Amino acid sequence: MSITEFFIEAAGNYVATIGFGILLNIPRRALNYAGWIGVLGYFVYKFLVIWGGGYVIGNMLGAVVIGVASLQAARIKKMPMILFNIPALVPLVPGGQAYQMIKYFALGQNSTAFVFLIQVVMISGAIAFGFLLSELVNRVQQRVWRHRG
Amino acid sequence: MSSQKKRDQLILHTALTAGRIMIENGSEVERVEDTMERIAHNAGAKTSQLFVMITGILMAINGEVGAQIEPVKRRTFDLEKISVVNDLSRQFAAHKITLQQFANQLDHLDKSTKYFPFWLQLLAAAMVSGPLEVVFRHNLPDFWITCVVGTVGWLVFYLLSKFIQIRFLSEFAAAATIGVLAIWSVHLGLGNSVDDIIIGSVMPLVPGVPITNSVRDILAGNLVSGPARGVEALVSAAAIGFGIAMVLQFL
Repeated sequence: MSITEFFIEAAGNYVATIGFGILLNIPRRALNYAGWIGVLGYFVYKFLVIWGGGYVIGNMLGAVVIGVASLQAARIKKMPMILFNIPALVPLVPGGQAYQMIKYFALGQNSTAFVFLIQVVMISGAIAFGFLLSELVNRVQQRVWRHRG
Repeated sequence: MSSQKKRDQLILHTALTAGRIMIENGSEVERVEDTMERIAHNAGAKTSQLFVMITGILMAINGEVGAQIEPVKRRTFDLEKISVVNDLSRQFAAHKITLQQFANQLDHLDKSTKYFPFWLQLLAAAMVSGPLEVVFRHNLPDFWITCVVGTVGWLVFYLLSKFIQIRFLSEFAAAATIGVLAIWSVHLGLGNSVDDIIIGSVMPLVPGVPITNSVRDILAGNLVSGPARGVEALVSAAAIGFGIAMVLQFL
């Protein structure tokens, strides 16, 4: 990935996350944080894929980072966590694979379609599992927090 | 009616209205339970029993009034209202507002909707579709046409869900419109790749709120509400898929 690509992808993710936030009507003062969390989550996924981690691990860790970062943003801004993690999740959605699956099913090439179906299921599962892990991290962190305070 | 009874009535009314507003606008169940419990606790109720589902709420407090039910009939996505209820609940916990003020503000919030202006929502649809097409497919020349197709698709979705209110049908129609426009624009030479334009343009329609909430509800142990939302997300995704597939049949 070249430097230009990096900046184009960062800008694209930021803008897209904020756009999705506007469609869901999240409050204005949450938009900026949500945008940055979206960029962060996507690059965790992207770099893991580039460094050979595979797309399942990449999506999973991307979702973990989004979940943990959203809780921090929620604490700083004193707003509900879902304002941050729902828009930030959008760049990780397997839209490309889902589309290819639909396309090949529609064209009657079922064996190719199943390849994409499996990818979609794996990625969705990885994101869900990533959220589970981030919830775990958050709960452990809250425990530590409470014991200290 | 004794004043204690009135007070209990007001606690129930406030908590139930807050809970209903949150569920209607796309909050996860655990947060609703948490907020309602806090409201009852901060208002002075010793114990409270809650049963929250995405189609209705049942609540009882240890007082002089019986349990009450609040049905949840409509479901939209307006995360700002959840945030406002959250703020009000915090203010109430900090004794900045009284219970009566809290209840009045909730009733007011229920009636008013403060969305972003319509042109900004259209722009947002373009902001989602174009940049994501570039991020996913690295196809810069198709950026502009994807923005246009995505905006039109979202406009169809918005108008249909506002005036006809059959939710999954509006997603289907929007996806079909996107498919037709994408093929047409490539025919006219405005774009290069039908696939890339469609992938970018359907992104504003992605059911992000039900997907996320379904996972969180299931993890929190709400085994009725979580899968229910999952089905909602799956049906919308399937509606989008069928819309696209129908158009691709005639490719």
